Amino acid sequence: MPAYLSARLCSLALSLLLIAFALPAFAGPFEDGVAKFANDDFSDTEEAIGAVASSGNKLAFPIISALQDGRLMADPDSKKVYVTGTDGKSIDAATGEAVASVPDSASAVRLNNRLRRSVDAALGGLTLQSPDVGTRLQAAQSVFKSHEETALDAVDAALAKESNRAVKTALGEARAAILLFKSDATEVEKLEAVATLKARGDQEALALLTGMGDQPASVTKAAAGAIGSIQNSLAVWSMVQNAWYGLSLGSVLLLAAIGLAITFGVMGVINMAHGEMVMLGAYTTFVVQEVIRTRYPGLFDYSLLIAVPLAFLVAGAIGVLIERSIIRFLYGRPLETLLATWGLSLVLQQAVRTMFGPTNREVGNPSWMSGAFELGQITITYNRLWILLFTLAVFAILLAMLRYTALGLEMRAVTQNRRMAASMGIATSRVDALTFGLGSGIAGIAGVALSQIDNVSPNLGQSYIIDSFMVVVFGGVGNLWGTLVGAFTLGIANKFLEPVAGAVLGKIAILVLIILFIQKRPRGLFALKGRAVEA
Amino acid sequence: MLSKSTHDIAASFSRRGVLAATAGLVLGLASLTGAKAADDTIKVGVLHSLSGTMAISETTLKDTILFLIDEQNKKGGVLGKKLEAVVVDPASNWPLFAEKARELITKDKVSVVFGCWTSVSRKSVLPVFKELNSILFYPVQYEGEESERNVFYTGAAPNQQAIPAVDYLMKEEKVKRWVLAGTDYVYPRTTNKILEAYLKSKGVAQEDIMINYTPFGHSDWQTIVADIKKFGSAGKKTAVVSTINGDANVPFYKELGNQGIKAKDIPVVAFSVGEEELAGIDTKPLVGHLAAWNYFQSIKSPENEKFIKAWQAYTKNPKRVTNDPMEAHVIGFDMWVKAVEKAKSTDPDKVIDALPGIEAKNLTGGTSKMLPNHHITKPVFIGEIKGNGQFDVVWKTPSLVAGDAWSKELDGSKDLIGDWVGKKCGNFNTKTNKCLGSGS
Repeated sequence: MPAYLSARLCSLALSLLLIAFALPAFAGPFEDGVAKFANDDFSDTEEAIGAVASSGNKLAFPIISALQDGRLMADPDSKKVYVTGTDGKSIDAATGEAVASVPDSASAVRLNNRLRRSVDAALGGLTLQSPDVGTRLQAAQSVFKSHEETALDAVDAALAKESNRAVKTALGEARAAILLFKSDATEVEKLEAVATLKARGDQEALALLTGMGDQPASVTKAAAGAIGSIQNSLAVWSMVQNAWYGLSLGSVLLLAAIGLAITFGVMGVINMAHGEMVMLGAYTTFVVQEVIRTRYPGLFDYSLLIAVPLAFLVAGAIGVLIERSIIRFLYGRPLETLLATWGLSLVLQQAVRTMFGPTNREVGNPSWMSGAFELGQITITYNRLWILLFTLAVFAILLAMLRYTALGLEMRAVTQNRRMAASMGIATSRVDALTFGLGSGIAGIAGVALSQIDNVSPNLGQSYIIDSFMVVVFGGVGNLWGTLVGAFTLGIANKFLEPVAGAVLGKIAILVLIILFIQKRPRGLFALKGRAVEA
Repeated sequence: MLSKSTHDIAASFSRRGVLAATAGLVLGLASLTGAKAADDTIKVGVLHSLSGTMAISETTLKDTILFLIDEQNKKGGVLGKKLEAVVVDPASNWPLFAEKARELITKDKVSVVFGCWTSVSRKSVLPVFKELNSILFYPVQYEGEESERNVFYTGAAPNQQAIPAVDYLMKEEKVKRWVLAGTDYVYPRTTNKILEAYLKSKGVAQEDIMINYTPFGHSDWQTIVADIKKFGSAGKKTAVVSTINGDANVPFYKELGNQGIKAKDIPVVAFSVGEEELAGIDTKPLVGHLAAWNYFQSIKSPENEKFIKAWQAYTKNPKRVTNDPMEAHVIGFDMWVKAVEKAKSTDPDKVIDALPGIEAKNLTGGTSKMLPNHHITKPVFIGEIKGNGQFDVVWKTPSLVAGDAWSKELDGSKDLIGDWVGKKCGNFNTKTNKCLGSGS
């Protein structure tokens, strides 16, 4: 019994002793690091990140992720640091104990770009073995970007356990990036690293290979080969990229011009207020979003879907009003129409400026229109993709309307031969009003889409009016297909010229080409034949 | 800056007639009422566009001057007389600026004019101020290369904004490769010329500098952003120095955000993006991009807090933002009041002679001084965009920087100085000891 008792006492004392020694040793660098967050000095914060990340403490991840999100609060007076959770509860960053509230004098620890990079690198190292695949992939990518030697062991450990293929590739690439810059890596390792990066083949791989500095001769040679092959493949991709950008620019031009193709192309009204209809559509979107933000925040992702019909109605109704009150008295007098609609555009601009103020209004992108995805080596942004699809849909609907509905038939009849149509019993003045309303309404819809990529300001319309006329005239007045082909031709030509000549010269070159083209074919790409030409 | 957004010049020309007529009418009414005011007021001209494309920026500056006059009158005015504002609207129309300036000086007999935003409007009114010998306070950062006897430049010269910003990127972000992107007009072109010369003097190679210009109101930034991305993948830290004009910035930043270019990869430092411009953008994807100014609303100083409070109370809008050109007007107005009190007269010659050496508190806690070249001393701040549309100051110059009228980086102007005190000359060549005559 006594022997047993003494053995127990002994072991108790030993374990107490162990705890007593272990605690301060455990707290040292980590606690010192955490305290540095409170100094409000960028260099101290950087040291703190390093100390916390390498401490192995289980609080490291919550602290650094809180720092990234601006939830790490530091009190400059007491030098205490707190982590505010996403649920609003706070803990003391040094001890992990819950605290009732963070003192008012505490403010979020500030970051600059250099620190954001350190935070990313630290988080990457800490989350390489996270249970979530997405987080692991992100972690591997941030290690790839920072390629710091200290992360090598963590990458190797993660690689051994990883089962997901995408993450495994990303980890392999991260490992290659680290080895390439590691001074004591063997030549074989470096050659393998070059091969891995060559297989990755994107701009970031290229950046690493060109920036790797002094290497053994064999590695330099392999890298030169890899750089050449990546550059070749990127050159091909850049052609694809230009074509995509051209399509996207073309779709914006088409969207802006399609309403004008009706009012100017079909009806022959030189409508200088067309751009202002686009602007009204954009402001409708703004109002819709404001209402949604204040009343039904959950609907925000649907704001554009709600705005489209409303913009059509608002711009269309104003279009009908303009036609009935001004334009119908000016048919056949293009100069007066031009001046009247010009004046009208100024009136509309100033009215909007008075109502909404001269500053730009913020129209947000719904989540499904933000961001981009990679297709091969090109980046396709969602907003551009959606606008392209939307434009094509609007075009198809308009075409079908003109072709298959009674109103479309009447419109075509009136524009082809007004007197004959009238004697057939078509109320031509009603058709005029509706046609103008349709053209304006479509301009309004265009405004909804353009609010996603441009400024919503009273001047919005001005930047599109010239381009719209250019597209309609180039494509051939009175022909919707001409407008389509014209818009995409101009868009693609512009985007292939831009990298060579620059944006300013590119635009001038396009204008010169159009002038030359119009000399040769005064009626545009697709000239209308028949009576409308003589009328 | 030359112009905020001139989508087409033809537009402003054909509008000119209408706007001139309306503005004339407004002015006529104003002078009718003003005629009653006796000689016991001092008139202050306000020459800022209240309509047209520049209204977005200039309207605020008009309000600022009205606010400052209001405050000064509460303190008893100047020389025992009340101040009276005469507001005209040059309607973003450059030739109209000259006509309106002439009206202000000859018809309304103003003692001083606060006005202009774009460089082209300033150039348009210069001959008028010289001919009629009056005083203009110009509050906007500009390309420099000018020092006129009748003009006082309270905005930043390139060495008070562009050069310190580049220094910051070199030191703090270790940037080795530079994209100089700007709108195609005189301010970005001159600034980029100065920056290019400066970068080369710091040992940056030609192939590490990419210069790109875009038209006014450019909205399709896909190609340029992709080019920047490509340029940035040469294995060296890359940054963009943007002199892109106000309006075109919104689609530019949106495209940057969408293509996933983060500030931590390729930071953009802008010289024309302030609190007002950010009001139209969701700034969350832009956090970390930079701007260089001499003032930020977020700067904590007793003067600034007092000013913001009074300004928001005056405009009856608790969310109204303040910006850099506003602070320039605050300093300029204060300096003018002090100079008039020193000269005990509003006579232009006496005030012009009294102004150099006058000191005025700026809103960031320092004291700015009017220099003999008619520029002022200012602190330079680098701010990072925050998620709420404000800026977080990450760096500032240790002391105030004196504005250079003539850039030291350009061959054509490095020997020139402006000195209206000793040499009585705007472009004195220190090598040949000769005055070249006109100051611009």
